[in-house]
Amino acid sequence: MRIALLADVHANVHALEACIAHARDRGAERLAFLGDLVGYGADAREVVGIVSREVERGAVAIKGNHDEAVQKSQGYFNEAATAAIDWARRTLTPEDTRFLSGLPLIVREDPVTFVHASAAAPERWDYVDGSSTAARCIEAAGTPYTFCGHVHDQVLYFTTGAGRASAFVPTSGAPIPVRSHRRWLAIAGSVGQPRDRNPRAAYALFDGKREEITFFRVDYDAHAAAERIRGSGLPESLAFRVELGI
Amino acid sequence: MDRATDGELRCRYRPGDVVDGFTVGPRMHEGGNGYLFHVTAPADRDPGFPLLMKVPAIGPGEPAISIVGFEVEEMILPMLRGRAAPRVVATGDLLRSPYIVMERIDGESLAAKAQAAPLPPDEVARIGAAIADALVEIHAQDVVHLDVKPENVMLRADGSAVFLDFGFSQHARLPDLLAEEQRYAAGSAAYVSPEQLSGRRNDPRSDIFALGAVLYELATGETPFGEPATIAGMRDRMWREPEPPRALNPDIPPWLQEVILRCLHPKAERRYPSASVVAFDLHHPDSVSLTERSTRSAGPGFTRHFGRWWRHWREATAPETPRPARAAPVILVAVDTEHPDDPRHPALQAATRNVIAMNPESRLICVSVIRAPRLGEGDAMEDTASGKHLEHVARLKRWVEPLRHPAAQSSLHAVESGNAVDTLLDLAHANHVDLIVLGAPSPEQARLAWWRSVASGVTANARCSVYVVRVPTPNDDAADSR
Repeated sequence: MRIALLADVHANVHALEACIAHARDRGAERLAFLGDLVGYGADAREVVGIVSREVERGAVAIKGNHDEAVQKSQGYFNEAATAAIDWARRTLTPEDTRFLSGLPLIVREDPVTFVHASAAAPERWDYVDGSSTAARCIEAAGTPYTFCGHVHDQVLYFTTGAGRASAFVPTSGAPIPVRSHRRWLAIAGSVGQPRDRNPRAAYALFDGKREEITFFRVDYDAHAAAERIRGSGLPESLAFRVELGI
Repeated sequence: MDRATDGELRCRYRPGDVVDGFTVGPRMHEGGNGYLFHVTAPADRDPGFPLLMKVPAIGPGEPAISIVGFEVEEMILPMLRGRAAPRVVATGDLLRSPYIVMERIDGESLAAKAQAAPLPPDEVARIGAAIADALVEIHAQDVVHLDVKPENVMLRADGSAVFLDFGFSQHARLPDLLAEEQRYAAGSAAYVSPEQLSGRRNDPRSDIFALGAVLYELATGETPFGEPATIAGMRDRMWREPEPPRALNPDIPPWLQEVILRCLHPKAERRYPSASVVAFDLHHPDSVSLTERSTRSAGPGFTRHFGRWWRHWREATAPETPRPARAAPVILVAVDTEHPDDPRHPALQAATRNVIAMNPESRLICVSVIRAPRLGEGDAMEDTASGKHLEHVARLKRWVEPLRHPAAQSSLHAVESGNAVDTLLDLAHANHVDLIVLGAPSPEQARLAWWRSVASGVTANARCSVYVVRVPTPNDDAADSR
């Protein structure tokens, strides 16, 4: 079974459609949305529409902190993020909001765990940003594979003999064998708002049968996504971020 | 396969077993990390070449590192293309039935050759060039072998080299499973590079160091640093240069000592910048540029060693230099020395100067293809084959001098051939050339039509980049309006 891992879409429907098409071309049979469907971008309704339809067809969708913020305001959000959430609240239908609030924080389907932030305490939205947080997340998940988002950069962590976790920064398109006797934690990267100065959309494709994961960066019309943000009256900084990948 | 679960036996398989369709044959070898068996494929999966099965040693008392090494090899080996590594046919599940079925390389193990060392210098160069060629191939695929030693090199009947055992290797596009498993136990004591001892596992120049140690052993019969049993013993090589090979075997020519000692420099940046440059020198002993170390008969004295030792400890804490993206390109320039006054020459020189300015470490190969004379043509000295050859080399020398590229990184070749395209392409391929620079005559130069066809033939068929230099022709409006 090949699963497309789509994290941090952030209301960017152009990027999402490009990644889904890219993944289906490569044999993806299932989609997993790893949280933060909304926030920052201008296509909250379109994205929630696509994801809810895919969930009816068997996709997994996890709740992210921005999805939660639609329901209950988050004190730690910056001004631009808050503006985008306010805007999402105004545009989403009650049905969309219900869909978001009903999303689970974590899903385990052995040998895989899906979560937005850390499996160690999903509701605290802790960042998996180094070897020790990764080791805690892997330990708490308890499965050979943990797939998450929240951090926007693609990283693959793996356990070593000493029980520690090592980090590896993948190359787009290079398949990596991930044998299940080890434990692996893949941060899929952000579909809708990459921040590594590369505007191309990020996602990963996991092949459970071959025990292989491939990280991808996908070209899409980032300018169109930025124009949507500008046209919606959202802060200019959010448009820039998408265009420049910052 | 039930035997696998009782945990008593070191090896899971015995001759006669059938594993995922492969019939296990006689055991070929039992080593520190595992076993090799002859194996036959089921009829419908016969790849058409002989096979062996590699099985790791698993069980009580086996070091965890041997299974990680097996895992590393299982990741990297199937990704390698070309002739420098055995082809992989199948791999087994690491937990249930770990094995790799791969091509059995029929040839001579370099370990057997090393038994007969010291070998004649030309044989050392030939074997060294084959290993360097194989390194070029794997380095180009982002793999550093990190355990080059005679036991891990097979020589095919055609002279080419194949690496065995990629259990210590590092692939730039794959996670390095060994990085945190073992801080020093990388490679084998006699051949391991100084930087590997510091835990650095991503520098292709580590393989060049190991190649230098292998050449040293083949040429002298001894390994350059002995076989230290302790890490402290191995650390010597971080600042110490070995005894010059000529001190052990005076028959070794200076050029071979130059190559060996340059490979073995304690500092990676003072070694050959890439395997393709080592390969070039070993293929062309005449063009090795000799330095003081080529004739040295004793190691650096106490003062110099002490100075090195001191600098080593002072620099040990300095941040490491990143792996060079493309260490030292090999550039081939085709120079038409039969028409020394042609206006293309200044343009070609300017273009070459720009290219080498961007790559100061590059190796520059200047080639003049001289058309083979027709029979009976000319009988003066300059028309005889050798006289003609010397004259063209002299012209090449005059051509390249204004570029001021270090002589150590340049070589001049006048080649007689009736087929310039094939000659240039063969030279480019054999020397791992990254860029061919050549001039093309303008349409007005009717007498140079031959060179125009050379430029188009090379451009169409080269496996590397080609830079075609033309002298701009003035835009003739009158001609355009016709």
